[in-house]
Amino acid sequence: MPSADEGGARAGGRDVSGNGSPVVEVRDLRKSYEQVEAVRGISFEIRKGEVFGLLGPNGAGKTTTIEILEGLRQPDAGTVRVCGLEPARESQKLKQRIGAQLQNTILPDKITVEEALRLFAGFYARSVAVTQLLEQFGLIDKRRAFYETLSGGQKQRLALALALVNSPEMVLLDEPTAGLDAMVRRDIYALVEQLRAEQRTVLLTTHYIEEAERLCDRVAIVDHGLIVALGTPRELVSHSGSGTRLEVRVAKPVALDQLCRLEAVHDCREADGAYWVHAQPVAKALVALIHFLEAQDNTLTDLHISQPSLEDVFVEMTGRKISDEQ
Amino acid sequence: MAALKIALMNIRLAMRTKAALFFTFLFPLIFLFAYAGIFAHGNPWAVAYLFGPVITLQMMGSAFWGLGLQSVMSRERGILRRYRLAPIGAGSMVMSSLIANYLLLLPTVAILTVCAVGVFHMPMNVSFLGFFLLVTVGAFSFAGFGLTIASIASTMQEAQIYNQLVWFALLFLSGATIPLPDLPHWIQRVAAFLPATYLVSSFQSLMTHSAPLSSHTTELVGLVVSGLFGLLFAWKLFRWEKEEKIPRSAKGWALAFLVPFLLIGFWMNSTGRAQRGWEASYRMMTNARQAASPASSSGPASSSPSQP
Repeated sequence: MPSADEGGARAGGRDVSGNGSPVVEVRDLRKSYEQVEAVRGISFEIRKGEVFGLLGPNGAGKTTTIEILEGLRQPDAGTVRVCGLEPARESQKLKQRIGAQLQNTILPDKITVEEALRLFAGFYARSVAVTQLLEQFGLIDKRRAFYETLSGGQKQRLALALALVNSPEMVLLDEPTAGLDAMVRRDIYALVEQLRAEQRTVLLTTHYIEEAERLCDRVAIVDHGLIVALGTPRELVSHSGSGTRLEVRVAKPVALDQLCRLEAVHDCREADGAYWVHAQPVAKALVALIHFLEAQDNTLTDLHISQPSLEDVFVEMTGRKISDEQ
Repeated sequence: MAALKIALMNIRLAMRTKAALFFTFLFPLIFLFAYAGIFAHGNPWAVAYLFGPVITLQMMGSAFWGLGLQSVMSRERGILRRYRLAPIGAGSMVMSSLIANYLLLLPTVAILTVCAVGVFHMPMNVSFLGFFLLVTVGAFSFAGFGLTIASIASTMQEAQIYNQLVWFALLFLSGATIPLPDLPHWIQRVAAFLPATYLVSSFQSLMTHSAPLSSHTTELVGLVVSGLFGLLFAWKLFRWEKEEKIPRSAKGWALAFLVPFLLIGFWMNSTGRAQRGWEASYRMMTNARQAASPASSSGPASSSPSQP
């Protein structure tokens, strides 16, 4: 399993490793709230143009980390540099260069979409044309609508538009799709893809596995304030000891311990009327499984082969499922 | 610049809120008509005497229940967090509240003045510059008061408790509702420590016998200094997040806001100067009322005050 320092920077054929100094450098970051240690020594770097994800369950320390990077919270220990600046000491300069979306953005009820964008655009030395943002985020028809009348998806799109109002070098998105329906989520995925195409650096937090796998060049899996794994989604999965997952259904029940002893099988369990087998290399395991069933005079009725996901990696590292923690 | 932008937006938002419209424009008119109709009996000089309390009540209301509570509510709802992501500082946020409060107050004062003169024939033998300065000083001082409360209160509930305590003390002990000369002597001594008293009495002497503002220099300096203290505390203790706590000692420091009023109160009580001023304005009003009665005058409009 790659460590925080070993994680490569190549994903989907896109190389982001050789692009000068890191945009974000975090070293041994720590933060506590009274008795609770929210972040317990996190270190990572993000290079220019990279989409970097912090993946983990609620309470893992993702929001605390991103809010320290935004300059909203002071770290207890460790060093943080974003765009070459220290958020705690140079927050005004930094805010000119970054764009951020909070996990829960609240604006005054009676402000219109256009007014909000114009107001916030006016705070920056450099800003994007408001009409362009309204069009980009599909809010042109809602430009005169009060904030209180917007749907959850529209509010989130406005929050994202506000994050880009200053054409930032670095974008920090805290759970950008949490609680949104599939269609709005797809819109937001498209936006992140566009940010990637524009070579902007993006840090996003999420507890959705598919979001991290689909959007991020590299992912840091966070649990209880620590990074338990870091790398590209492909690396994390390929280094996973879980191996390929086989969902096997047979005509007659088989003994689980015999199944587990087959060649190349690492782990197996029974659930939902099927046998879930983790195996590597998968071809050897399949041959062994067929021979085993023939010897038992049993029949294979259904077989699904799937690659392990980041969820499997999380389970392997923590013994728990991310989805169980929400 | 950011402060002005936020202030103008806040004014625009207030204009879209029915409650804000009611308390900004209609409520003070209700007060004016009630005071002029019930206590002044339509006598112009009595209206002039009561005009100060009406304006002072509006300044207090907008500072405590408008500006102060609005600041706490924005923090509690999480609206300030979004502003915090932008490159603006606490000073801009505090200044925006101050500017919005002042710019909302000016048209209210203008409407009250037009109504008082137009409907009740209130005499305006005053220096408009002096009148404007008095409004500005009063608005600034009470805004400082409201912002101080907003900066030490952690929740809306807490802010409302502080506001109620201060509001009722200022309402009943400062001459804003009952003329001070009608109140017991010990209450008059307490009134000398209250900022609302300075403003009410300054307005009354300005409106009833065109006294120059220089005759109230001490009280006005006290109001300005306390306003500056309030602004300073609000800036230093500004909190963007509802979870942020201020140190207990900060609440103690915020009490320094009251120091100018303590000094002025002791000075006023030791010299008896303030009480004499209150009496003078009051005599103007009562004499005018008597002169306006049917036995001694042809009507309210033709009545004229005797000199104190």
